[in-house]
Amino acid sequence: MNFKTVLMGAVAGIAMAPAAFAERGADGHVNIIYWQAPSTMNPYLSGGTKELEVASLVLEPLARYDETGAMVPFLAESVPTVENGGVSADLKTITWKLKEGLKWSDGSDLTSADVKFSWEYCTSEGGGCAQSEKYNDVESVETPDDLTIVVHFAVAKPFPYGPFVGAQAPIIQKAQFADCTGPAMASCTDQNFAPIGTGPFVVDEFKTNDVVSMSANPNYRDPMKPAFATATVKGGGDAAAAGRAVLETGEFDYAWNLQLAPDVLADMESKGKGHLEVSFGTLVERIMVNYTDPDPALGEERATAAHPHPILSDKAVRQALSMAIDRELLVEIGYGAAGKVTCNVLPAPAIYASTANDACMTQDIEGAKALLESAGWVDSDGDGIREKDGKKLALLFQSSTNAVRQDFQAIIKQWWEEIGVQTELRNIDSSVFFGGDAGSPDTFQKFFADVEMYANNFDGTDPEAYMANWECKQAPRPETQWQGNNMPRYCTPEFDALVAEMAKTGELEKRAELAKAMNDMLMQDYAIIPLVYRGRVSAASNTLGGVIMNSWDSELWNAADWYREK
Amino acid sequence: MTDATAQTQAARPPRNQWWDVWDQFKTHKGAMAGLIFFIFIIAAVYLGPYLWKIDPTYIDIRARNKGPSLAHPFGADQLGRDILARMLKGGQTSISVGLTAMGLSLVLGTFVGVLAGYWKRLDGLLMRFTDLFLALPLLPLLLVIIMLFRDPLRAMFGLETGIFVLIVFVIGITSWMQTARIVRGDVLALKEREYVLAARSIGTPSRRVVLRHILPNIMSPIMVSATLGIANAIITESALSFLGLGFPPDFPTWGRLLFDAKDMIQQYPERVIWPGLAISLTVLAVNYIGDGLRDALDPRIRGR
Amino acid sequence: MLNYTIRRLLISIPTLLFISLVIFLLLDLAPGDPMSSIPLTVPPEVKEKMREALGLGEPVHIRFLNWLYQFFVVEPQVAWDHLFGTDFAEGKQRIISFQSRSPVMTVVAERMPQTLWVVGPSYVIGILIALPIGIISAYKQYSWFDQIGTFISMIGFSIPTFFSGVLLIVVFSVILQWFPSIYDTTHTVTDWGSFWYQVKQMIMPVSVLALYNAAQISRFMRASMLDNLNQDYVRTARAKGMSEKVVVLSHVLRNSMIPVVTVIALGVPTIFGGAIITEQVFQVNGLGQMLITAIYASDAPMVQTLTFIFAVLIVLFNLIADILYGILDPRIRYD
Repeated sequence: MNFKTVLMGAVAGIAMAPAAFAERGADGHVNIIYWQAPSTMNPYLSGGTKELEVASLVLEPLARYDETGAMVPFLAESVPTVENGGVSADLKTITWKLKEGLKWSDGSDLTSADVKFSWEYCTSEGGGCAQSEKYNDVESVETPDDLTIVVHFAVAKPFPYGPFVGAQAPIIQKAQFADCTGPAMASCTDQNFAPIGTGPFVVDEFKTNDVVSMSANPNYRDPMKPAFATATVKGGGDAAAAGRAVLETGEFDYAWNLQLAPDVLADMESKGKGHLEVSFGTLVERIMVNYTDPDPALGEERATAAHPHPILSDKAVRQALSMAIDRELLVEIGYGAAGKVTCNVLPAPAIYASTANDACMTQDIEGAKALLESAGWVDSDGDGIREKDGKKLALLFQSSTNAVRQDFQAIIKQWWEEIGVQTELRNIDSSVFFGGDAGSPDTFQKFFADVEMYANNFDGTDPEAYMANWECKQAPRPETQWQGNNMPRYCTPEFDALVAEMAKTGELEKRAELAKAMNDMLMQDYAIIPLVYRGRVSAASNTLGGVIMNSWDSELWNAADWYREK
Repeated sequence: MTDATAQTQAARPPRNQWWDVWDQFKTHKGAMAGLIFFIFIIAAVYLGPYLWKIDPTYIDIRARNKGPSLAHPFGADQLGRDILARMLKGGQTSISVGLTAMGLSLVLGTFVGVLAGYWKRLDGLLMRFTDLFLALPLLPLLLVIIMLFRDPLRAMFGLETGIFVLIVFVIGITSWMQTARIVRGDVLALKEREYVLAARSIGTPSRRVVLRHILPNIMSPIMVSATLGIANAIITESALSFLGLGFPPDFPTWGRLLFDAKDMIQQYPERVIWPGLAISLTVLAVNYIGDGLRDALDPRIRGR
Repeated sequence: MLNYTIRRLLISIPTLLFISLVIFLLLDLAPGDPMSSIPLTVPPEVKEKMREALGLGEPVHIRFLNWLYQFFVVEPQVAWDHLFGTDFAEGKQRIISFQSRSPVMTVVAERMPQTLWVVGPSYVIGILIALPIGIISAYKQYSWFDQIGTFISMIGFSIPTFFSGVLLIVVFSVILQWFPSIYDTTHTVTDWGSFWYQVKQMIMPVSVLALYNAAQISRFMRASMLDNLNQDYVRTARAKGMSEKVVVLSHVLRNSMIPVVTVIALGVPTIFGGAIITEQVFQVNGLGQMLITAIYASDAPMVQTLTFIFAVLIVLFNLIADILYGILDPRIRYD
């Protein structure tokens, strides 16, 4: 797999585009495979990526992010900004205008009442809406006429594009879901499985966790689209099987999220039936360093701020751990073209990406050794493990179960042992590791280990909420039932001050500066050791045209433009 | 027991009956081949690491994905670890887990099966208990067991032994039910046979009836369970490790090597073939040993 | 025997209730969380709200009693309504899956045919292959047939299906392109052409599973036959001048069936449990795939319901096995 192929694919796609304007349904059937099958078509009920993306074929928001992360209007006429007057100067009001003549797939008109209802639906009490964060601080929604929506926020919102934007917050039909608010959300199975939408496809049959059969929306706003009359989204199996079905047997046209070893992918691609599509969002594979002591002997106070970590509280140790890692090799082994070396926890969009930490790009084993030596960590008993004041440099390194992560663990362990740090590895099943069960000792929030590795990103393009993850108060601890995103338990007043500052700053340049400063602070304290900036990899058949891979929104965001290459 | 054995014993000076068993076993070609192969495998995995000194967890990144060569006769894996060394080290774990877990499940299964089959009062309770174990969903059960016992066992036995004990225990207690049902079925039928009735009617205590008359006659299904049990234990171990419920991720076992290599079956088929072959041949060897042992223990065949 | 059967059926009720309680507590204790598949970008407060909406805030005993009520009262009512068009279950809460928020029983009904199409035939074929192989192997012990049979069945049992399945896909789907690698669950059989497609997509999963099942059953069949072939009654039967066919097929076989019946009876409930790995490899998406995704997603109502149905089948088929013992060997009496 290489970038050239991808690029060629994209160029070919653009060049061939005119061929697509034949007529709706002229290109027959398209087969899509999601190896993790969608369990529902209602993104408000499940926050899972697989559900969001498949639902995006049917449900649409007012605006989406395109492949560059820029906002493009979908149901709205244009994207409101302060400059065009759509966003008020005090940043508390945003006014959206719907395109004229939009229809639901059942033929009825889409009005501002539907948009307002989507907000009411998600924020109704007792429903457990997965996307309620998107509607945070919304005080009221007004609908002065059928096409105008005015959203009032309780506080100034420097980034007012949470509600009704992106795959997470689409518009649902009021007439269909009117009786499904609050606790009734879950019992509306028929509605949740076959929502009426404005998107290019309509659900014909939905089999949960198995397969979705769809056909073209007869009332789609562009009479020429979609080119496919019917579509199937099949689920199940694993990434290897999905890749095989597109790249080797050609049974399917599009396969989502192929996290496989680079050489396996390259070999599959060489069969000539399809090509890989790669795109980068904000996902970073990172190692979190525990600032607190996870010793079981501490009982209730284990892994809380009451006990600083005996060895990782020393910045020299954290820095040495980072220096010993050869990130380029990690990319080569684990991700190939779908990964890039990064020294930041906030790698994108470009205006937020810092360059202050790029020294980490090259491995420096000798430097790491010297650093530990000068900090007083020496191997005095000749067992290959450094110690200081009777404390051995021995770490427990945990991660979730995943072939690439286990390879990373093994190789990082070797580097760390080279600099005299003994490492024990542990892998934990993802359903336990990423689950928030306060009763389990193995969750990533509890962090009963010294270092842990996983990947995280943020929705959309605004990093404010993401950077606030490392505020003091976000630290998981018994009082919060071990919830919170500040896994390292990083806690400095300077960082908290920057978070507060960003919440009231509106100008983009200033926000970018603040975000960079926060990123640099975390990096230079080595609270987080970033490893790989990861892209998404999907595969598309060579006979499928119009695919534009997108990491900022749903991958299927432009399925209306897909067509069959002739 | 029968006239035939009585006569041969009278004709020769008395000797330990296990010598008879061994004599009979020796005549079984398949069993001897199996035994020799099994001893070879055991010797290889336990003594081999003393001859082949490459550390199975050592990563030599330059050797990544290399095919067989003098330095790495079996090739090297995706991180450049020596596959021969990993096979040897993995064999130690897989064989010891396979044998002990199989032993545990066999003992448990036979014990429950005999108790339930022979003593009617215990039958209902024990078999309902078996039904319960058959019905429990394996994965959540494992997660709970691991959550409850991992840390105490680690504290008691240390990292590797602690996990070893845990895995053997987990596989043992989740796989005895089939043996128990089979043994019970056979015991139910056997205890109504004439010779058992005869033994009971002359007042032989139950314990001795079970040990002398019933157990030897249910050896064959037990032997089959044993062979199948080893294969099962080796595969289950790999699934456990894969899910993060077993040994640490850098710890090789045959099942794990097989599992890790399955996505690369087209690119590097040898990586799948080595562990696959090792597991199958070991199971096959144990099977033939079981066959020979069963024949050798059967006094009606012995001496033919 | 009738008395015994009735007594056993009655005992099954408390047994099953107890089993359901144990399963429930086990799932409650298990360290998974239904929120684990939600992306990390969703904040913890929202996840907490979602948990509450799933009813996870209630104490354990209330949730268990709720489930019992839904399983034994509401679901039968729904089935009744469905069959006779009544409306007893109107407005009552059914067992709802955490993942899809849809009634669990509807999904079970949707998945059942897929599982039966693939796992059912493979089991039947497995038995049909295993019995003759076991019988012939025992009758001609150490013949070539026996040696090859032993070898194949050991390979069949010791190679895990996650490997043999992938191997078949690589050979027959990728290289030869004979069969589809992905099972189409929406396919309906309407004519010969579509029937042939159904056969083509079934061949690989069915043969992987059949090999595995046949390996196991044939080993037990062979061992048990060997035990009986040397018994005194066989000699007597032969001495009385019975033909070999009658001796082997009616006397020896009948007496050798007990362990085989046990194994088969233990295997039948697993047909309904689906074949977790094989279903995943070929994307058959039957009950096995449903169970494993539910377990990964910590979808307790779904796992509880499926395992309980499974438990009912286990209890039932073990009872059938016990009755068959009495028929095969009339000396076995339970009263």
